Amino acid sequence: MSGAKRRQSYDGVVACVPVTIPYRRYSINSAHWWIGRALRELVRQTGLRPTDLDGLSLSSFTVGPDTAIGITQHMGLSPRWLDHVPFGGASGVVALRRAARAVQAGDADLVACVAADTNHVDSFRRTLSTFSRFAQDAVYPYGSGGPNASFALITRHYMKRYGATREDFGKLCVAQRANARSFPHALMKSELTLDAYMAARPIADPIHLFDCVMPCAGAEAFLVCREDTARSLGVTGVRVLSTIERHNAYPEDAIQLRGGWAVDKHELWDMAGVGPDDINFVQTYDDYPVISMMQFEDLGFCGKGEAAEFVRAQSFTHDGSFPHNTSGGQLSGGQAGAAGGYLGLVEAIRQLTHSALGAQVPEAKIGLVSGFGMINYDRGLASGAAILAGPA
Amino acid sequence: MTEPLSRPRRKNPLKKTQAPLTPQGVRSRTAHGLTAAAAEGRFELQVCADCAAVIYPPRDACPACLSARLPFKAVDPNGELVAETTVRISTDPYFRERTPWRIGSVKLDCGPVLVAHLHGDTIEGGRVRLALQLDRSGAPVLIAMPARDVPNMAEDVQLREMTCDPKFRRVLITDGRTQVGQAMAKAFSAAGASIVFVGIADAWKPFPGDAALKAIERVEIVPLDITDTESVTELAEQNGGRIDIIVNTAEYTRPGGIVERRGLVVARQEMDVRYFGLMRLAQAFGPALRFRGADGVNSATAFVNLLSVHALMNWPAFGAHSATEAACLSASQAMRAELRPGGVKVVNLFFGPTETEWFQSVPPPKVTPAAIAKATIDALTRGLEDVFVGDVAEDVRERLAANPKALERELAGS
Amino acid sequence: MSVDLALFAASIASGAITIVDLTQTLTPDFPIITLPPEMGQCAPFRLEEVSRYDERGPAWYWNNFSVGEHTGTHFDAPIHWISGKDLPDNAVDTIPAQKFIAPAAVIDCSQEAAADPDFVLTVAFLENWESKHGRVEAGSWVLLRTDWSKKSYADYAGLREDGAHTPGPAPEAVKWLVEQRDVHGFGTETIGTDAGQAHHFNPPYPAHFYMHGKGRYGLQCLTNLDLLPPKGAVIVAAPLKIKQGSGSPLRVLALVAK
Repeated sequence: MSGAKRRQSYDGVVACVPVTIPYRRYSINSAHWWIGRALRELVRQTGLRPTDLDGLSLSSFTVGPDTAIGITQHMGLSPRWLDHVPFGGASGVVALRRAARAVQAGDADLVACVAADTNHVDSFRRTLSTFSRFAQDAVYPYGSGGPNASFALITRHYMKRYGATREDFGKLCVAQRANARSFPHALMKSELTLDAYMAARPIADPIHLFDCVMPCAGAEAFLVCREDTARSLGVTGVRVLSTIERHNAYPEDAIQLRGGWAVDKHELWDMAGVGPDDINFVQTYDDYPVISMMQFEDLGFCGKGEAAEFVRAQSFTHDGSFPHNTSGGQLSGGQAGAAGGYLGLVEAIRQLTHSALGAQVPEAKIGLVSGFGMINYDRGLASGAAILAGPA
Repeated sequence: MTEPLSRPRRKNPLKKTQAPLTPQGVRSRTAHGLTAAAAEGRFELQVCADCAAVIYPPRDACPACLSARLPFKAVDPNGELVAETTVRISTDPYFRERTPWRIGSVKLDCGPVLVAHLHGDTIEGGRVRLALQLDRSGAPVLIAMPARDVPNMAEDVQLREMTCDPKFRRVLITDGRTQVGQAMAKAFSAAGASIVFVGIADAWKPFPGDAALKAIERVEIVPLDITDTESVTELAEQNGGRIDIIVNTAEYTRPGGIVERRGLVVARQEMDVRYFGLMRLAQAFGPALRFRGADGVNSATAFVNLLSVHALMNWPAFGAHSATEAACLSASQAMRAELRPGGVKVVNLFFGPTETEWFQSVPPPKVTPAAIAKATIDALTRGLEDVFVGDVAEDVRERLAANPKALERELAGS
Repeated sequence: MSVDLALFAASIASGAITIVDLTQTLTPDFPIITLPPEMGQCAPFRLEEVSRYDERGPAWYWNNFSVGEHTGTHFDAPIHWISGKDLPDNAVDTIPAQKFIAPAAVIDCSQEAAADPDFVLTVAFLENWESKHGRVEAGSWVLLRTDWSKKSYADYAGLREDGAHTPGPAPEAVKWLVEQRDVHGFGTETIGTDAGQAHHFNPPYPAHFYMHGKGRYGLQCLTNLDLLPPKGAVIVAAPLKIKQGSGSPLRVLALVAK
C-alpha cells in the first residue's frame, strides 16, 4: 500500500511500576482476586488511589463471565479508557502499545495494565477444551494433548526442516533455569542439566517434560503514563522505542515455520533506530523452546533456519553473550495464563530500570520484548514485539 | 502393519468394568456439517461457492473471499502427512486412558491443513487418505488412513475406537424368523462375531429356515418375543451383560393406509412389534449397553435399527406401516442421545420394499435380505450412523432433499 | 324341591364336593390360535407392570393386561360365529347367568388322540360312550378329554406345513349332539373346539358352525379333564361381562362329588 503514513514515535510515554504477584501452582482464588492483588500493588507503589487510575487494560482467560468492564465495578475503578486484550502471549506488547497511544493522545493519564489468571485443579483442561471455536471443533477432540501436541507438530516439522536438535532446545531451557535460580518468584528453581533435560519423560514426541511450561496462577502488571507523571509519582519508567503487532501471518504455511515478526521486523528496527547488535537482552515468549528459536530468526538476530547454529554459538544466561529470558521465562517461572504474556515485559522494565529481582544484566540499556500467542487451531496467531530503553 | 486383533480373553468376573468415557463432543453448529457427512461415511469439507476455496476448520465466512456460501461437498481426501506426534500425556480423561495416541498434520492436495487422528499404517511424509468418522462421543473427527488398503486395516486400535467392528463381538439378532434376521445371523457369523444370539418367539410355531439358521456357526437360539416385556426382560437379565451389538430385525409389514383400514388391531400390532418392541429392547438392554461402552476389545458398541425409508416420508399404500416406522425413527434419535454417554452408536439402516412376501405385489427394485445384512456389517465396520440401502432408499432420500412436498405427492401416486 | 345351599357350602368346605380347576394359567407364551398372517389376529396375553412398590406407586403392585377374547382358557358365545350372529342373547353380556352353570359329560378319547393327532370324534364313538356311561343328558356340556393339555407347546399347537393337527369333532357328531342330545355346549383341551384340520370339513369348523348356530357355547384350552368323572361333574363357567363380547378368558371350575 503506497503512501502509508510514517508511524509516530512514543515519545514522552513510559512504562513503569513492574508488579508480579508471586505465582502458585494451584489457587483456590478467582482471577478477580489476582487482578485485585496486582491493582493494589500498583497503587501501593505509587501512592495513588484506585480511582486515580483512569485507564485499565485487562488480559485474562479465567475472569469469565466477566470482562474488563465488570472488573471496573468489581474493583471500584472509574476509568475513562478501558481495554480488554485477550491475546494470550502477545497481551503484554499489545496492551503496552495501545495504552501508550492513549496516554500520548491524552485519552488517559494513568493506565493500569494487568494480566492475571487463576489455576484451579482442572481449570486448565476446561480452558483448553473451550479455548476457541477451532480448538473445540478441530483440536481438542484429537488426543487432547492441548498446546503440547500442537507444538509437538510444529517442533517436529521445524527440526526436520532446519536440522535443530533436542540438545539445541535443551540449551535454552537449561540457561533459563540458571536465570531462574536467583529469581524469587520462579516456581522451578532446582538445577536443570542437559542430561536431565534429555532424559525427561516424553509428553508428545518430540516434546518432553522440560519443553513444557507449567500452568499456574499469578498476576503481572505495570503502569503506562507520561514521563512527567512518572516523575511526579517518584517512579522510574522505560521508554518505548518501537512496537509491532501482527495476527494470522503466513496462513499459507502448511505448518507454522515463522511468525508475524518476520513481516514487521524492519519496521521494528527502523522505528527504534537501533539494530540487533544494540540490544542488551531479549525476552522472548517461551511456552516452548522452538518458538523462542523462531523469534531469534524472525526478529533478525539470525537468518531463517539458522537459530540452531545461533543457539550453539551463544550463551543465554543473564551474564552470557545473549542474555535471554533473564527471570527464567515461563519455562522456569510457570505460565500464569495471560500473565505469561506480560512476564517478559515486566522483567524488561525491571532490567532497564536496574531493579531486577533476580540477576541483573549488567549495562542493560536497550532490551527487546517479544510476544506470541493464541493457538487458535494449529498455530500461534498473535505476534508482537517492543524495543524498550532505560531512562535517558 | 496392523496386528490382527486377537480374540479377547474371557473377562475376569471379579474385575471392575471400566466406566465409559467419551471425547469432547461439543461442536459448533457449522461443524455439524462434518457430522452429517461422517454419519453416512462421506468425506466432505466446506467448499466456497464463490471462490471454490476448500475450507477447514469449518467457518462461517470464506477466509479467501468472505463469502457466506460455504456448503459441505465431497472433496479429494488425499494428501500428505506433514508432521506427526504421539500424545503420551493428555489432559482429557478419555484420551488419558488411551495414550499413546498418534495425531498428525495432513496437507490435503485440495488445499487445507487438517489435524487428524492417525491410522497405525500411516507414516510421516507419506501419502494418506482422510476419512471422516464419528468418535465415541458421536462427534465428527478426521482420521488419516493409509493411501491404499492394508491387511487388517479395520483392526487398528485408534480406528476401532470410531467403529463398531463386529469381529469378536457378541451380537443379538432379535427376530430369527424373518428372512432378514436369518441373513443377518449368517452375515454376523461370517464377520467374526463370537456369539450370534438369535431370538425366536413362540418356539411352538415352526418357521421356514429354522434348520438352516441353527446350522450357522456360533448361532445360539434364545427365546425372545419383543412384544412381551417379560420375555425381553428375562433375556436381558440372562445375557444383557454380554451382548455388544443388538440388531433389531423384528418386522411387521401390512399394507393399508390410515383411512382405508378397518380398526386398530393391525395398527396396534404394528406399533407393538415395532415401536413398543424397540422401547422394550431399549429399556431392557440399553442400560447395560451404555455401562459396557468401554469394556475392552468386545465392548458394547451399537444398536442397529432396520427402518423403512418411508419413515422419512409416508407411502400411503403402506400408510400405517410408514407411520409406525416414523415412530421408530423418532425413538432412535432419543436413543442416540441416551446411549451416547456410553459411546454406543445407534445405527439406522433405511431401505425400501424388501424381497419378502409382504411386498410380493410391489414391482422391483427391491432389497434382498442379504443386501440388508451386508449393509449392516459394512455400517458397523465403518462406524456409520445412517445408511441408505438400495435404489428406492437412495431415491426417496434424494427426492426428499430436493423437494419434500413433491415427494409427498409422488408417493401418493399422483 | 327345596334346596339346601348351606349343605352345598358345607360340602365344599368339607371336601365332600371337590373343586377341580379346569383353567390354564394366562401367560404370554401360551399358544393361541394362528390364522393366516394377512387376517386379523387374536392378541396373546400380555402383562405390563404399572407399579411394584416403587416410584410408580410406592405401596402397591399392579399390572395392566391385554388379551384377546379367545386367548387362554376361554368361552365362546354364539355371536362368535356367523351362524349365531342373529340369535337372541348371543353375546357374553346378554347370555342369561343361569347358563354359566351346567353338568358335564366327559368323553375320554385320550388314547385315540395319542395315536392320531387328527383323531375325529364320530357319532359312533359317542354312541359307544353312551353304551357305557348312559345317555348324554340334555343341557350338558360335552367335554372332549384328549390329554392335549399335557403336551409341550409345540405338540399342543401341532403346527405343520399344512396347518394344525389336533383332534376335534366330525360335523355329524356335532350336529347329532345339538339336534339329538340338545347339549349345552362343547368343550376341549385344544386351542379350538374344532379339529386342527377342520377348515377342510363340510361345513368347515362344524363345532363353531352348529353349536353357535343353535345358540350353544364353547369352552377351549381346558385342562384337568382327566380328573373328572364321565358324568356327574358340574361346570361353573362364567365369562367376563364384555358388552357384545364374542367370548372371554375365564376361570372354569368343575364341582365333583366325592
